[in-house]
Amino acid sequence: MKIWKKPLGKLLNFADRGSCMGILVDRNSRVLVQGITGREGSFHTLNMLNYGTKIVAGVTPGKGGERVHGVPVYDSVEEAIKKHPEINTSILFVPARYASDAVYEAIDAGIEKTVVITEHIPVHDALRFVNYAKWKGVVIVGPNCPGVINPVEKVNVGIYPVNMFAPGKVGIVSRSGTLTYEIALALTKRKLGQTTCVGIGGDPIVGLDFIEVVQLFYSDPETKAIVVIGEIGGDMEERLAAYIKKHGLEKPIVAFIAGLTAPPEKRMGHAGAIVSMGKGDARTKISALRDAGIIVAETPSQVARETENILLKRT
Amino acid sequence: MKIEEYAAREIFKEHGIPVPKGGVVSSLEELEDLTSTLKFPLVLKAQVPVASRGKKGGIVFAEDRRDALEKARHLFSSSIDGFPVRSILVVEKVDVLKELYIGYVIDRGERKVALLASPYGGMDLEEISREHPDTIIKYLLDPLVGLKDYMARNVAFKLGIKSLSKQFTSIAKALYDIFIKYDCELAEINPLALTNEGLIALDTRMIIDDNAALRQPLLQEEKRREFAYVDLGGNIGIIGNGAGLTMATMDIVAHFGGKPANFLDIGGGARADKVERALKKLLKNPRIKVVLINILGGITRCDEVARGILTALEEAEKIPAIVVRLKGTHEEEGKKMLAEKGIEVFEDMEEAARKAVELCR
Repeated sequence: MKIWKKPLGKLLNFADRGSCMGILVDRNSRVLVQGITGREGSFHTLNMLNYGTKIVAGVTPGKGGERVHGVPVYDSVEEAIKKHPEINTSILFVPARYASDAVYEAIDAGIEKTVVITEHIPVHDALRFVNYAKWKGVVIVGPNCPGVINPVEKVNVGIYPVNMFAPGKVGIVSRSGTLTYEIALALTKRKLGQTTCVGIGGDPIVGLDFIEVVQLFYSDPETKAIVVIGEIGGDMEERLAAYIKKHGLEKPIVAFIAGLTAPPEKRMGHAGAIVSMGKGDARTKISALRDAGIIVAETPSQVARETENILLKRT
Repeated sequence: MKIEEYAAREIFKEHGIPVPKGGVVSSLEELEDLTSTLKFPLVLKAQVPVASRGKKGGIVFAEDRRDALEKARHLFSSSIDGFPVRSILVVEKVDVLKELYIGYVIDRGERKVALLASPYGGMDLEEISREHPDTIIKYLLDPLVGLKDYMARNVAFKLGIKSLSKQFTSIAKALYDIFIKYDCELAEINPLALTNEGLIALDTRMIIDDNAALRQPLLQEEKRREFAYVDLGGNIGIIGNGAGLTMATMDIVAHFGGKPANFLDIGGGARADKVERALKKLLKNPRIKVVLINILGGITRCDEVARGILTALEEAEKIPAIVVRLKGTHEEEGKKMLAEKGIEVFEDMEEAARKAVELCR
């Protein structure tokens, strides 16, 4: 098993975290927004602030000294960290052309976790910074992801429509955006709610994978069930299935896989959603997951029903 | 994006990878000129983006000049899997002792570059993995370190070409450089032919990451399309916001027994004009009987979506049945606007999908 041992170790150190609930982001998160002065950066900064996220600084090179929704803007991450040494999480709204550079800036500044919202980053760039982050012992979420939301502690480090989420017992990990909201909403309607929702990103190379996030959910006492939302392309679902088969299921998992009707060799919106050279089709993923004892739902509403059944049985 | 063979061949040649002598022609006159500089027999390879074109008549051999002209004339007047042959790569035929495979891909699960090789070249990687999985030699490369000589050397030993390990290493390194320099998802030589004169690349293939268009001149003509769109052949048109949600919408339509006509993702935060263009695109498709629009609005506003739908319908001549699901930001405004025009709006995507399938029967 190849895991990002160092960061996971740090993140799993609950003594450090006090009594925080959920994973990756919590009330101790002090957030930097890279690309804060752009249209999206500014829009989502306001949404995150309104939800309760503690955003302490923003960075846009050349725009130092400005303020966005009251948040001070700096020219560099280095400067932001000097003024606000409590920063431990960064979120990126930097356009694709400049995004990789901004990721390295965050990694080199030693920020523990960086959430990369940006879509259309070249895959070779992601491959390099994801491996670099691993060497540096920091966590990258994304690229091309909706971020992380922790409704229990009211922290949104992402672009989530927060009213579809509610505090609860279910951990969600997903390669998708709106489909995640759909399933979260179905859980919320059933009064189940979420501990944390992690959008790992729709690109072929992403910083955190299903196994790593499931491990984090295993270690969060608040999370009683896990929902995994996969899709065609790659082998992340198969790898999770193999991991579960080997190590057993520590907490119940309900999965949904999108793209059963997708034709081969066609990219379905996400750069990573492609059945290529005979690999990555939905049927193979579904049967691998079922074979490992994971319930695979056929519709988003069924995900919520199955999760409810599990939680009712267990409590 | 797939790079055509002749273009990839030029790049490989520039990087010092041996390729058979030849060139690309787009007319019989050009072919005549070229043949005077080449030694027969020749191989004529139609430049079409089709897999296994050899089996489909896309690769032919010519013994002499007359034979070459006749076969080229035939190729130029034919199509392979619907692609008309506009150019032909003409190369000298090589006496092959053995066909090998070497390629680089991005290993998504391991988050590394994979160097792959096999003594069973000539068939595609998918087929090798199926027919001879145990023969595949694989090295995972850290992109921060790259290819080291020892790996290439070891691959040569495992392929049983010890005496050519120097040449193999230089080819493997050149191919890795190409893989990195051109932002490739795949760069391969298949087959890499073993001949009495050493190794030679008989077929070359490159797929470049579309997201690298900013810095890859080869991709600059490729404009990013406004929507992600894929045709699926059915009769229920589908529009969604977000790739996962749109795929799930197709799947659920199929789950209820319907046939999705397409995948169309308007993305996040689409305004009315974008929705209008998306719907108009589907209205042009005569096969579509029902359009199912599934919007879960976060940054996408439901009233903008409703406005886009109404404008598209106002200007349409023939209107298929429209089923809309709206949920989220400005949902009430959107619903009201559509209800005034008699369009039924659902709150639940599965109910909407069921209705769309029902209307199709």
